[in-house]
Amino acid sequence: MSVEVRPLGGIGESVKRKEDARFLRGKGNYLDDLTLPGMLHMAILRSPHAHARIRAIDTSMAQAAPGVVAVVTGELLAQHKLAWMPTLSGDTQAVLATDKVRFQGQEVACVVAETRYQAEDALQLIDVDYEVLPAITSPQQAMAEGAPLIRDDKQGQQDNHIYHWEAGDREATDRAFASAAKVVRLTTHYPRSHPAPLETCGIVADVNPATGKATLYMTSQAPHAIRTVFSLVAGLPEHQIRIIAPDIGGGFGNKVPVYPGYVVATAASLLLGRPVKWVEDRTENLISTGFARDFHMTGELALDHDNRMIGLRVSLLSDNGAFYADAQPSKFRAGLFHIVTGSYDIPAAHVTADGYYTNKAPGGVAYRCSFRVTEASFLIERLVTNAALELGIDQTELRLRNFIRPEQFPYRSATGWVYDSGDYQRAMRLAMEKLGYEDLRREQAERRARGELMGIGVASFTEVVGAGHGAEFDIMGLRMFDSAELRVHPTGKAVLKLGVKTQGQGHETTFAQIVAQELGIPAADVEVQHGDTDNTPYGLGTYASRSTPTAGAATAVVSRKLRDKARKLAAHLLEAAEEDLEWERGRFFVRGSPERAKTIQEVAFAAYTNLPEGMEPGLEGVTYYDPPNMTFPFGTYMVVADVDRGTGQVKVRRVVAVDDCGVRINPMIVEGQIQGGLCEGWGIAFTEQITFDPDGNCIGSNFTDYLLPTAWETPEFETYATVTPSPHHPLGAKGVGESATVGSPAAYVNAVIDALWPLGVTNIDMPVTPDKVWAALRARGVGE
Amino acid sequence: MFPGSFDYRAPTTLDEATTVLSERGEEAKVLAGGQSLIPLLKLRLASPALLVDIGRIPGLDRIELRDGGLTIGARVRHADLERDRRLATTFALLAETAPWVSDPLVRNLGTVGGSLCHADPAGDWGSVMLALGAELVLRSRAGERVVQASSFFVAPFEPALRPDELLTEIRIPAPRGRSAGTYLKLERKVGDFATVGVALQLEMTDGHVARCGIGLTAVAPTNREATEAGAALVGKELTDEAIAKAAQLAAAAADPRDDIRGPADYKRDVVRVFVQRGLRTLRRSLEEARS
Ligand SMILES: Cc1cc2nc3c(=O)[nH]c(=O)nc-3n(C[C@H](O)[C@H](O)[C@H](O)COP(=O)(O)OP(=O)(O)OC[C@H]3O[C@@H](n4cnc5c(N)ncnc54)[C@H](O)[C@@H]3O)c2cc1C
Repeated sequence: MSVEVRPLGGIGESVKRKEDARFLRGKGNYLDDLTLPGMLHMAILRSPHAHARIRAIDTSMAQAAPGVVAVVTGELLAQHKLAWMPTLSGDTQAVLATDKVRFQGQEVACVVAETRYQAEDALQLIDVDYEVLPAITSPQQAMAEGAPLIRDDKQGQQDNHIYHWEAGDREATDRAFASAAKVVRLTTHYPRSHPAPLETCGIVADVNPATGKATLYMTSQAPHAIRTVFSLVAGLPEHQIRIIAPDIGGGFGNKVPVYPGYVVATAASLLLGRPVKWVEDRTENLISTGFARDFHMTGELALDHDNRMIGLRVSLLSDNGAFYADAQPSKFRAGLFHIVTGSYDIPAAHVTADGYYTNKAPGGVAYRCSFRVTEASFLIERLVTNAALELGIDQTELRLRNFIRPEQFPYRSATGWVYDSGDYQRAMRLAMEKLGYEDLRREQAERRARGELMGIGVASFTEVVGAGHGAEFDIMGLRMFDSAELRVHPTGKAVLKLGVKTQGQGHETTFAQIVAQELGIPAADVEVQHGDTDNTPYGLGTYASRSTPTAGAATAVVSRKLRDKARKLAAHLLEAAEEDLEWERGRFFVRGSPERAKTIQEVAFAAYTNLPEGMEPGLEGVTYYDPPNMTFPFGTYMVVADVDRGTGQVKVRRVVAVDDCGVRINPMIVEGQIQGGLCEGWGIAFTEQITFDPDGNCIGSNFTDYLLPTAWETPEFETYATVTPSPHHPLGAKGVGESATVGSPAAYVNAVIDALWPLGVTNIDMPVTPDKVWAALRARGVGE
Repeated sequence: MFPGSFDYRAPTTLDEATTVLSERGEEAKVLAGGQSLIPLLKLRLASPALLVDIGRIPGLDRIELRDGGLTIGARVRHADLERDRRLATTFALLAETAPWVSDPLVRNLGTVGGSLCHADPAGDWGSVMLALGAELVLRSRAGERVVQASSFFVAPFEPALRPDELLTEIRIPAPRGRSAGTYLKLERKVGDFATVGVALQLEMTDGHVARCGIGLTAVAPTNREATEAGAALVGKELTDEAIAKAAQLAAAAADPRDDIRGPADYKRDVVRVFVQRGLRTLRRSLEEARS
């Protein structure tokens, strides 16, 4: 056998993404590319009202329209016990409304027709008689005396309250505040935003009438978990359900839940015996599927005479929409918000959270937030900046003084987290150096003297990502482990099957690199498969920056298992004792005589052709990895911004980002994740919002109202790294998919507040739009 | 995002187009670049029975400089004005506005004529044509008529255009004396419609204002000309005081609404700021051109 010398593509190499060849040439295979023989098309009639009783639905005209095969209403679904479904947070959600509609855009009826156009035409012929009810558009309204009851469908539900949840130690926190020299307070709203993946959600449901097997092609970030949910909801045996998530054009959390369209399309295929396709249009995606945030937050930070942080108190009001459908670990009602002490050594903290129903779309934790870590990080970083400004000390100095110190790790936080590793000082000092912090502060002083408004924003976030460990973290009882199955073929090429599912994160490249590193098979020779539940080991899916912490670890472990077997095989081939073999990436050799060697490819061949007595043939294995702890990525972001006195426009001049996500498997891909997150953070800080008018009409239902940032308006990002490995992850890696979306919004807003502070402006809620800035300036007599 | 069904005609001469419109104008819509109409169809906000595509009629895409004036064919695309180097000197306002209209994709398809006929109060070209004192040429089977831009925009999305009529060209008169123009636009992101837009055309003779056209975008039910503000400057030197006064009058001419882009008083103030900034910029560029 000839030995090829090819680049390995191991850890730390910026290998070009394997998947890009097909994406860049238009050869990807997205859900809407799929056409099956005999396939029907479904369209959904949605409620125009935020809150209304349904008096009657007349579908007779639609039923008679050209091409229409079926019209489905909630009443029909109720006959099959499918009018309601469970949510991932243990609530119920209407599949098609029977009694009331509870948000604008809610699913009311479906038309299944030969073409999508015919289905859309027929929708207009359905006549729904609504009795409009008053709408509730905020938790404050929801809790008010005499507020209309949204969930009158739920036995025993007397008001609009969903949950009360606390973390930390109330008494200890009260004591800290009683002894404080200074208390800084901030109330802010983290606005409702939307993940807005470029590919909307959809399904092609294909229930084979002969075998009964349901093959569901679905835009799903979590195909295995969804299969289990489907089995429980629909009562189908789980082996009769196969979920295939094809190429996915962005998920950001939007593609974790089960949506009513999936259920109806599957039921329709089952009843009609033909495949049924449903793909959302843009407006459907924005108004009805998993949104993010909508948290009303009040934080108080207590400091002592030395400007040390001694206590943190937070109260939260969560606007969960009409159904409590957050996709989050079941023990944590407000997600992982209690990471809110962030990067600081704060001995006492207490968080209370209350969730409320409103007449808005359900959801809440989607969008690169790792279960509400975005909200937590935003609050603490805004508070710390305001504290520094109020105390009149430099924002970096206050942070450096209060950071958890490197020698304190593993660090137990006041709300119970055990941080794995960190060096916050180092990341901040690097950011200051790269930005030229001191010079810019001087420039700011000069500009101020001339009446110009310039600000420097700082945020030093700490995230908690990579759920679980399974004992603490589960979704509907399913422990949040993940998996990898590795099979090496006789010629030394390999296939790696994962329980997680990429939506653009580059798994097909990164995970092959892990195998390359651990088993010495070039990354180019490792095909990564994912998304097909019949073909991959069980896992909880890709969200919350968890793929590398969980499935990445599983891949490393299974590769090492195979290497152990390979060593035995090599010993057999080399007629040497196992202990006498040395491993160097890609080959074993006999200690002291490096020419006596066998490559991993030769060993793989032997696994099928030339085995020692008693050894099982083959070279493959599977690992389910339940991590011992979460990982805690961190970093410092700095933003320089100029504010226009006349128009209130904010121009971001520079962004310096230092990220530490532990060991970087593919630095280029990590960089891409960070660039994207900094861009998204800009959007959240300055332009994106899904608002509602008093009648509950959703404003932000298309891309002319919901303003996604592009390369046009976002600044250039200057990115840097420090590397502090995770001590418990087999590769030392932490998750990185959400760092910049979590960390950057506070940095942008802090820059604006830093610019306006001397005028007396202490807060502007996101999105920081020009009119809000203008209003803040005019209120203080500043103008042009 | 799935339009209802419609018939489609693509006439190859103006006569054929006006004939179709005379027969079926009431149920038809003219299709130019489709950048406003097609979104309306997809959202089913408009469901015309017939689309009359003017894309195959020759001659509608001409840009002609004649006797110091300019004629723009109804099908000239935004991108054509962006790229036409001849405009940079005399009709800088046109060249400067073009890149502010939407994004390159829309500019490559959308037309100036379509924008005017759409009569969106947030459209950029309407204000520009008001500032330039343009005339629009409308053609039907019955013949041709010429309408001043100042009387073309009747109400939101309602131009002075009969269902059987087609806009064929836009005529811009020759500027008097030395002229300069600029467009100021506040947008929430690139490609967005204006929160506030101000089109300024300044024409000076002997150091005095001969004409000042001020068109306002997105701050009234239609594109609106701030006539008093412009008139107040005529015959005057462009002093800081005169500029400030005109800016105030322009702000007073605005009649904005509160919406997601901001409250009315904000938009009115931005009109003032923009007119002030814009006129100062034009004053400077005319001074620089002289020296
Ligand atoms: C994403 C996006 C962003 C945009 N941003 C901006 C912006 O920032 N500023 C801005 O000004 N515009 C903006 N637009 C609108 C754009 O400028 C359109 O191109 C323009 O409004 C319409 O021109 P059109 O050629 O596409 O006309 P069409 O869409 O084809 O037609 C528009 C209307 O005019 C009628 N019509 C067209 N031509 C004629 C004619 N010759 N005679 C009679 N009636 C006619 C049609 O029947 C229709 O009612 C944006 C559009 C999009 C899609």
